[in-house]
Amino acid sequence: MAATDTPAKDPAATTATAPAPRRTSGKGLRWLRRNLVTLAGLATLAYLVLPNVVVMVFSFNKPNGRFNYQWTRFSTDAWTDPCGVADMCGSLGLSLEIAVWATVGATALGTMIAFALARYRFRARAAVNTLIFLPMAMPEVVMAASLATLFLNMGIRFGFWTILIAHIMFCLSFVVTAVKARVMSMDPRLEQAAQDLYATPVQTFLRVTLPIAAPGIAAGALLSFALSFDDFIITNFNAGSTVTFPMFVWGSAQRGTPVQINVIGTAMFLVAVLCVFAGQTAGNRRKRSKRS
Amino acid sequence: MTTTSTPQSSGGDVRLHRISKTYGSFTAVHPLDLTIPAGSFFALLGASGCGKTTTLRMIAGLEEPTTGTVELAGRDVTALPPYKRQVNTVFQNYALFPHLDIYENVAFGLRRRGIKSVKKQVEEMLDLVQLGPMARRKPQQLSGGQQQRVAVARALINHPEVLLLDEPLGALDLKLRRQMQLELKRIQTEVGITFVHVTHDQEEAMTMADTVAVMNGGRVEQLGAPAELYENPATTFVANFLGTSNLIEAEVTEAGGTELVLTAGGATLRLPTRRCSTPARKGEKVLAGFRPEKVVLAHADDAAAIPEGHNRMAGRVKIASFIGVSTQYVVDVPGVGELSVYEQNIGRDGRLVPGADIVLHWEPEHTFGLDADQSLLAGTVGDAGADLDEEAA
Amino acid sequence: MSTTEAPAPPEAPTEDAALPIRKTPTRKRLVPYWLLLPGILWLVVFFAAPLVYQASTSLQTGSLEEGFKLTWHFATYWDALAEYWPQFVRSVGYAAIATVLCLLLGYPLAYLIAFKAGRWRNLVMILVIAPFFTSFLIRTLAWKTILADGGPVVGALNALHILDVTSALGITEGHRVLATPLAVVCGLTYNFLPFMVLPLYTSLERIDPRLHEAAGDLYARPATTFRRVTFPLSMPGVVAGTLLTFIPAAGDYINAELLGSTDQKMIGNVIQSQFLRVLDYPTAAALSFILMAAILAMVTIYIRKSGTEDLV
Repeated sequence: MAATDTPAKDPAATTATAPAPRRTSGKGLRWLRRNLVTLAGLATLAYLVLPNVVVMVFSFNKPNGRFNYQWTRFSTDAWTDPCGVADMCGSLGLSLEIAVWATVGATALGTMIAFALARYRFRARAAVNTLIFLPMAMPEVVMAASLATLFLNMGIRFGFWTILIAHIMFCLSFVVTAVKARVMSMDPRLEQAAQDLYATPVQTFLRVTLPIAAPGIAAGALLSFALSFDDFIITNFNAGSTVTFPMFVWGSAQRGTPVQINVIGTAMFLVAVLCVFAGQTAGNRRKRSKRS
Repeated sequence: MTTTSTPQSSGGDVRLHRISKTYGSFTAVHPLDLTIPAGSFFALLGASGCGKTTTLRMIAGLEEPTTGTVELAGRDVTALPPYKRQVNTVFQNYALFPHLDIYENVAFGLRRRGIKSVKKQVEEMLDLVQLGPMARRKPQQLSGGQQQRVAVARALINHPEVLLLDEPLGALDLKLRRQMQLELKRIQTEVGITFVHVTHDQEEAMTMADTVAVMNGGRVEQLGAPAELYENPATTFVANFLGTSNLIEAEVTEAGGTELVLTAGGATLRLPTRRCSTPARKGEKVLAGFRPEKVVLAHADDAAAIPEGHNRMAGRVKIASFIGVSTQYVVDVPGVGELSVYEQNIGRDGRLVPGADIVLHWEPEHTFGLDADQSLLAGTVGDAGADLDEEAA
Repeated sequence: MSTTEAPAPPEAPTEDAALPIRKTPTRKRLVPYWLLLPGILWLVVFFAAPLVYQASTSLQTGSLEEGFKLTWHFATYWDALAEYWPQFVRSVGYAAIATVLCLLLGYPLAYLIAFKAGRWRNLVMILVIAPFFTSFLIRTLAWKTILADGGPVVGALNALHILDVTSALGITEGHRVLATPLAVVCGLTYNFLPFMVLPLYTSLERIDPRLHEAAGDLYARPATTFRRVTFPLSMPGVVAGTLLTFIPAAGDYINAELLGSTDQKMIGNVIQSQFLRVLDYPTAAALSFILMAAILAMVTIYIRKSGTEDLV
């Protein structure tokens, strides 16, 4: 096809490489066609990663005004003094504290529900499944407004506890989903084997069921932590005057964005990448040893 | 109702008394009485969904019987949970704990019973199954045969009164399965523990077990030593499920003596009365059965040389397939239908090709008689009842 | 070793009913309910009950000073719809466009990870997942930098006269991107892209690569293979991904607030300001109820149409 002299139907002709000999342009076109999906995928990946790069670069900025949107000059000031902004590190600590407790609560409650769903037959199963599914299919703003309405009506003071209650509520469904998948894929004969080998029901649970379900529980807990730590909308409605880290960032978008926000964002990104990387390497090693 | 004489003390006898299991409206096991003598190798044989695994699980305590009792060594254990029974199981697909290494898998039962120093016992047991060097590997790193041996070791180390094996060789390939059959038989003879073995593989059951109970539709069809079941099946299911049988419908023309005389498709057949599992009177129908390997094929030209007193039928060769050790023929007998014949490959007759007229003959002693009121196809491969899913039970 | 007389098969001459039948003890049967109790109670009290409360609030009238009373004032719904229908339409429109963009952008990426990434798969996966763990507000603020008026992106778009075209279409204004619909949709697409990529990847990864070879073997060209084999098999991921993108996008107010102007306000912004600033609780409740009903209706129809009800 490259040898024919038909001038049309060659998109490469419109690009900058047009003057090149037809054979190479045909080759280039073929290469482009074969790798079109890869190139599109990489473009999407770039779109996904670009803001993180910007956050990272701008953590070394020294802006002139209150807003850190325009590059001025390089500086490590923010990195050497990450808590130099009033209230920011306090809100960060509060967010971590809430995330930890929300994770503990949601993981405990969610794991119990997951076991009930995966291991037992009972009435109202469909209703329970719907109740688990709905919070995940509901816009956050609806859940946020309705829960805040409840608290208002009950005359409960907004603050740490209302945030924690709300976070456990919306993390719960995600834990159930993660743990249930893991428990369902577990061979029930393993528990029977444990009982057959003189393990009481409690021992069976602690020595066999729990260790095998652990990856699912860990995944649910990790997801809870991330969701709770990063939550803004539901917290926005149920926090009162309490300020979590996302709320601090929200407020600073109005008042002025300190460079330290970028420092925290970059640090979080790096820690997350390291954690996920470590997790994946460990998982791969386990998989590889399984195959050998 | 099952009478058994035991050479040893009845210490480890398993007695099932009117035990049954129903799930909703489905009856997996009909009320069943069974005594498994101590020290024996007992097989429950049947197709998927016949209730054999449910029976085994009721002995293990993993399934609660709907009615009836389970007795172990003279003690009623029906109400005991599995972890309080001196019974251990080798599970289908082994159910080795994936998060524990081989050593800890084997030590699991000892540790749960509060035994602190397990090292010596575990090492001995791993040596018995030739897995000493594998102690610190995880189950996933072992081959199927090795995993199977771990499962046996993990159960045997507890010195149970009864060892239950649920399709223990099902996941292995044919060669390995043959080898493990002998291996399991060796271990059983060595430790002298009662083995109850559930399988759908008739060859496996016959190779290993002293006594085989053939189950079908939640009931025991027949129970006995493998050779006895094979030579003298009591139902068409047993006749077809254990090996292959030719079954033909015949009418009784003479009865009363030590021999019954039957007619089928114009041929006259004789059947020793004691080998007929149903009372036969003159004029009634029975099923006459015989095994394909007991039949001799003779070319029609050689019919005169057939020994006097043999049952004989004339027919035509339809298919001849060379198997190696034998040649398998499908023979069309007018008025009767297709019969199979297995001939050992010693001095093959070159004339026995498809289309050849032949006479097939066998000794009356190799004939068995069955009640005619049952399906000819029960227990064959295409039998719908055999396709029930075991898990659904 | 043991001689056994062949007995007749043990039949069951007596009726099964004559034998005593065991029942599972009650204590054992209650186990699942005890496991469910705390978690379900939590969801009932803090998720289901609030929705009922909100339904009643939406029908109340009154003021902050005098208190609100249930007066079955359905007119709140009509008033809210009459006043805020542009925001509703905008929310659904922006969310739909962002969902389609997510699908178009996310599919190649998911495909890349599932079939082409090879030893780079882990790295690409990390880059998709990791942003989850960085505050998305910070990342959304970064778009303010990226799309800044004097920035390279706007400069390039201007140089290529793309902004003239988009301005003519009404999705940008003048020579800027910030504070236009384009910026809001761009932010929405960015924020929910991982929710599209992950379920797509999960369902693509399950496809046996031999199916591609089989399709090729059966005379399907690569495009046909994709249309007839790969895409249909990835439908569960497509449905899950679109739902996970559309639902939160429709209720979002962060992107509109940070990247848009007052002309790009979505329904989430209205609910937020009615609830937290105007303190008109009945209107806020009515609006979020309408949003919930609309989304549930759309999701139900969508799931029915796509024939993947077992997903739920």
